[in-house]
Parts: sequence; structure tokens; C-alpha cells
Amino acid sequence: MPHDDHDHPHALLPPDPALRVKALETILTRKGLIDPAALDEIIDTYQNKIGPQNGARVVAKAWTDPDFKAALLKDATSVVADLGYYGRQGEHMVVVANTPEQHNMVVCTLCSCYPWPLLGIPPGWYKSDAYRARAVREPRKVLAEFGVTLPETSSVRVWDSTAEVRYLVLPMRPSGTDGLTEDELAALVTRDSMIGTGLPKVPS
Amino acid sequence: MSECPRHTAPEPVFAEPWHAQVFAVTVALNEAGLFDWPDWAARFSATLKRNGLDRELNGGDDYFTAWLETLEALLTEQGSTATGDISHLRDKWEEAYLTTPHGQPVRLTKG
Repeated sequence: MPHDDHDHPHALLPPDPALRVKALETILTRKGLIDPAALDEIIDTYQNKIGPQNGARVVAKAWTDPDFKAALLKDATSVVADLGYYGRQGEHMVVVANTPEQHNMVVCTLCSCYPWPLLGIPPGWYKSDAYRARAVREPRKVLAEFGVTLPETSSVRVWDSTAEVRYLVLPMRPSGTDGLTEDELAALVTRDSMIGTGLPKVPS
Repeated sequence: MSECPRHTAPEPVFAEPWHAQVFAVTVALNEAGLFDWPDWAARFSATLKRNGLDRELNGGDDYFTAWLETLEALLTEQGSTATGDISHLRDKWEEAYLTTPHGQPVRLTKG
């Protein structure tokens, strides 16, 4: 691989906002308000430990255990906390179940509120103006762009997250999955299916 | 049924290292009790709305630029940082990058 050192006699200059963030970090660290090691720990957690795999486990369990599902729909926050999924941005989580009559879809029209303990950090499109504005105005069109076409008989309900309430969609269990274990089912649950912009994978 | 490939390619959680850094700084300050999250969300929403008036924001750099602006304004308002300090240290960091030989760790000299 060619090495372009000769183009960069000095260290590569990061973009302006990156320098401003470094300035903030320096000021706040010197004042004792933040600890650089704690920052690394936070980044590592969201990059490697928390993500849609957590939500997928909850969905797979709800698909196989009717009592769990009932409890989840009644009080998601405490039920998922029992599984170890709690913490930042998960203070009040609500799970909404898809049915043949109603498809659910989640947005945060104001910024990007999202159930971090179950899904991690939201994808770029969830944070874009385009999605935030259009999910409410023309949900079927947005769904179609994600490759989701619903039967005419199904309504679409859009849930607007806030800093206080964060929603997770419980997708319908795909047909042809009767003999599957919870682990195998969890592998079918995509991030987008829990935001409502996708459907679970179908076993091949 | 096949999935739309456009949405299945793996994406990094943070597109740029500085997105992760400014996110982590904010979470750490929230946990240290400098502000509560609903207050943060309200301020951040207002910045996004303001920035989105003249153009449509993407969910990447635009989003975290708005995030950084909100954090700088909040900390300045609270007196945790001063605008002059941020730009002074920003320039110090720039100088450090421009004077550190490629491949060496970039460090700030006191100041």
C-alpha cells in the first residue's frame, strides 16, 4: 500500500469541530469536570457493548414467552432492566407491538431520542432532517423507501420519542419460525425492525 | 423477501472520532450533574431547528456540529468555559498538530 508521508510532514490536521472538541476536553479536564479515561469508557461501551443485539434478545424472548410479552407491553422499563438492559437514556421505555392491523414506527421529531440500552446509538438517517420530518408526514412513503410495503388493511402509527419516553417496536414473529430457539430468533431481528422501518429477516 | 441492501451495510456507530468524543463529553457532564438530559434535549432540538431553517441537515456532521454548538453555548452560559478559552485552546491544538512530526503523538504544551 502506498504511504503518503511525504504529503504530510506534520501530523494530519483534524477538521475545525474536532479541534474545538479537543479544546473543550482540555478545559473541562483541567477543571476536573471530566476524566479522559471515563470518556474512553463511554465510547467503548457504545461502540462495542450496547447495540441492537440487546433489543433483539428482548424481542426474541417476547416471541417465545407470552407472559414476558404481556409484562413487556405493560412496563417495558422494569422488565428489560431485569434482563440487565438499563442505564442512560433508558429511564422510561415503552414497547409497542405490531399486529396485522397496525404497524408501528418510531421517530424523534425534535432531535434523536432513542432507547440507548436496547438499540445503542441511532443511525445517521434517524437523526436526519429528512427522516424526522417525513416519518410523520408521509410514513408509508418513507416505509416504501426502506423496502417495506404493508398490506392496505394495515394502518401505520408513528410514535414520537421525547427525552422522557423512548419507544421500541415489537415486530411480528415471521412465519416459518416455529421450531427456532430464542438465539436463532434473535438473529432474525434487525435494528430497523425495532424502529419500525424494517421487518424481521425471514429464515432461509 | 429480500432486504433492501442500502440499509443493511454495516455502519460505524460514530462516523468520525470527534463525533464520539463530543458525545462522550456530553454524557460525562450529564452524569456529573452539570445539566439534566431533558434540558439538554430541549436546547439541542432548538439548535437543530435553527440550523435546519436554511438547509436540510444530514444525520452526520451537521448533527454533531449542532451538538457541539449546543454544548459550547450551554457550558459558556453556565460559566464552565469561556468563549475566549475555547478559541484559544482550539488554536493551541491546531498549532500542536502543525508542529508535531507525522507519526508522533500530538500533545498540547501548557498554555
